[in-house]
Amino acid sequence: MIPQEGGFAQMKFRDPARGKALAAELERLAREIGREPITLMHVCGSHEQAIARFGLRATFPPSVDLIMGPGCPVCVTDLPEVDEAVALAKSGVRVATYGDMLKVPGRVFSLADAQSEGAKVDVVYSVSQAVDLARSTDEEVVFFSTGFETTAVATAAVILSPDRPRNFSVLSAHKYILPAMEIVAEIPGTRIEGFLGAGHAAAITGWGIFEPFAAKYGRPVVVAGFEPLDILAGLVKLLEMVRDGRGGVANMYPRCVTKEGNLRAQEQLWRVFETSGGEWRGIAFVPDGNLRIREEFADVDARRRFDIDVTSLWTTAPSELAKDCICGGILSGLASPHDCPMFGKECLPDRPIGACMVSSEGACRIWHQYGGRPDLRTLTPQPPLPSPPSLPHRERGSEQTTEVRV
Amino acid sequence: MTTLLSPRPAILDERISMKYGAGGRAMRALIEGVFLAGAAEAPNGNGFAVGLSAMDDGAAIRVGDRWLVITTDSHVIHPVFFPGGDIGRLSISGTVNDLAMMGATEVLGLTCGVILEEGFALDDLRRIQASLADTCREAGTTVVTGDTKVMGKGELDGIVLNTTGIALTDRVVPDSGLRPGDVLIVTGTIGDHGMAVMAARHGLDLEGELRSDVAPLNGLIRAMLAAGGEDVVAMKDPTRGGLASALHEMASKAGVGILLYESAVPVAPGVRAAAELLGIEPLHVANEGKAVIGVRPGAAQRVLKALRGHPLGRHAEIVGTCLADPPGALVLDTGFGRRLLAEPEGEPLPRIC
Amino acid sequence: MCLGVPGKVIEIDGILATVDFWGVRRQIRLDIVDEPVAPGDYVLNHVGYAIRRIPPEDIGETLELYESLLADSTDEDLMAADVRGELAAGEVRK
Repeated sequence: MIPQEGGFAQMKFRDPARGKALAAELERLAREIGREPITLMHVCGSHEQAIARFGLRATFPPSVDLIMGPGCPVCVTDLPEVDEAVALAKSGVRVATYGDMLKVPGRVFSLADAQSEGAKVDVVYSVSQAVDLARSTDEEVVFFSTGFETTAVATAAVILSPDRPRNFSVLSAHKYILPAMEIVAEIPGTRIEGFLGAGHAAAITGWGIFEPFAAKYGRPVVVAGFEPLDILAGLVKLLEMVRDGRGGVANMYPRCVTKEGNLRAQEQLWRVFETSGGEWRGIAFVPDGNLRIREEFADVDARRRFDIDVTSLWTTAPSELAKDCICGGILSGLASPHDCPMFGKECLPDRPIGACMVSSEGACRIWHQYGGRPDLRTLTPQPPLPSPPSLPHRERGSEQTTEVRV
Repeated sequence: MTTLLSPRPAILDERISMKYGAGGRAMRALIEGVFLAGAAEAPNGNGFAVGLSAMDDGAAIRVGDRWLVITTDSHVIHPVFFPGGDIGRLSISGTVNDLAMMGATEVLGLTCGVILEEGFALDDLRRIQASLADTCREAGTTVVTGDTKVMGKGELDGIVLNTTGIALTDRVVPDSGLRPGDVLIVTGTIGDHGMAVMAARHGLDLEGELRSDVAPLNGLIRAMLAAGGEDVVAMKDPTRGGLASALHEMASKAGVGILLYESAVPVAPGVRAAAELLGIEPLHVANEGKAVIGVRPGAAQRVLKALRGHPLGRHAEIVGTCLADPPGALVLDTGFGRRLLAEPEGEPLPRIC
Repeated sequence: MCLGVPGKVIEIDGILATVDFWGVRRQIRLDIVDEPVAPGDYVLNHVGYAIRRIPPEDIGETLELYESLLADSTDEDLMAADVRGELAAGEVRK
């Protein structure tokens, strides 16, 4: 028998029994609140990934509508930003990027398309791998960097390192989440009653950063982690605050998040980057939503180092479809994919227009794949499911003892 | 009845991209939309039992009172040598396993076509040949004919191997034979091959037990069929696209739903850890030495025992059951709740969010 | 938004730490983490960088926090409600 008992499988934060208890608590709170829908929003792609992966949506009370906000940095990377990376790759520059970004299309091509036509595109796990790549070659290496502040800090650390190779530069598509949360909170008619804050961004910025936001919009923010129990407990706390009409910020991820955050990381982040306004794919122009490399580091900024000609990509005029995209409305809970005239026609998983179709967990992608939002509660056959297969006697491997499960 | 709309048919792009070779929906759409369109249907009745349109692991042709099973497979892999195997071992195992998945475990012989890139090292070729011969011995077969071509530098990536295999059997096991109530068994840990190759390919610098499981399975399947007999109703090797893709195909061909218990699926600790680190679903990762087997419920324990008695089946587990409803869907029970497990689109990649 | 994975530090070599993620090891960088890190410590890894040292006592604290949420649902008496109120006041910073 494989020692399934060891490692991630047995982490305390993945205990289904505790999960069921927290889910029952969610039901109880939803009943107490008594109205529906109770619309909540998370602003983190990794929250959505974890919710989907562990099947948590099936455990939420029917009246709780947890919608996915603009929290997937890959999905909100705008078409012209992808075009810049593709244009660089097609001009013969070696482009390294995170795996998430490879298949995301710009106005005409994705980096994967460029790769299949012979452009040099490398998938890396870490920006430091892109630096190693630059060290191993005389070619120009551009790192197409995406991600929110958590990921941007790693890019900043590389840019600040004294031994960074001369042929390495960065095309920044980094984003800053707080301004996007403000945009969403200000959408007229929004029904969002509370926010689940992203734990790993807050690990850098500190949960204190949400205090002015919570005060200004009078809605609670709960910072939560990414294990199933972290998410369920975060939602319990959020529903409690909604029930009590409380605003403010609660930190339900104290093992990784403090009020001040990681000051050393913040110092590096803001030394290298400054905020600037930018379009977020299918959502809106977000003032201060982009992270731009400061003038001081012009030598490592691919936008200043190369003359990037994106128009060379367009054999025909670029698509004007993006302006009709209603992702903003979908992400704020005001519209469904079927309200979009392009859904399933011009906008498809293979050639997405808006953020909600780019992400594998985006509302439009899921609706397209399954013909609507599947209600997994109805998947429980009646009479109840066959019980889990009766497993024969397992020979146990030596029981692993691990001191702390984080 | 649960109302789940069936997935929409994929639309083919104007140009072939990598996703069409990744073993998922896109590849099936390509086969259906190009190769099956206009192909004459195999003569029925006195000739083919399983032809191209079945899109099974191979074809079965009636010869006397037995079935001749034939399959072909082309192999490209980067890197050519990877932890746990190489392209030689892969090409023999792949073809032997495709035959075994049809129930044909006595391999009569294999062909091997080699296409080399100008500049390929002779030493590497010798190593591949030695591995190929070793794997043949393991599977109890041999390469009976071959072909060699060389292409110009840059016209292909190092080496391409094509192997065709033939085998005889008394009973063909299709991949479409599931019905509600049937039990699904995997023969061992999931995701070993794909994770080992991915770690090597993307220079992820992961230290730990990440080794491909590439192996010929005909001996294991022979022992299992001897125990399970007619109660073994469907088999598939979960290669590209992983267990998720194989189960999707089995569910959709048989028109049953499959309920998979995540906690029952064996995953080696190193693969689980790498999957966590890279944000990859192990159920989407390729295997080259595993099978997923559908059996009638009464035979499950018997088949499991036979599998575990073989060195390649020590970690076999019952992982799921078949439901009447929802047909064609793959439902994953995570311990917290249930969700639909999608088929992967293209090769899994490390992600940051 | 950010895939973060905890692991245990095995060895430190300058700015690099070898970290065990319960089955695979990888070197990750310590440029960002804001506390001294020693072998045996747990760190949170994001894209090959340690972004936080996880104090073991905080793990227990998080679990207790969750247990206290569950306690809410079972104890209905007024005294418990008072205690809960205090707890909440401690957690929720206006």
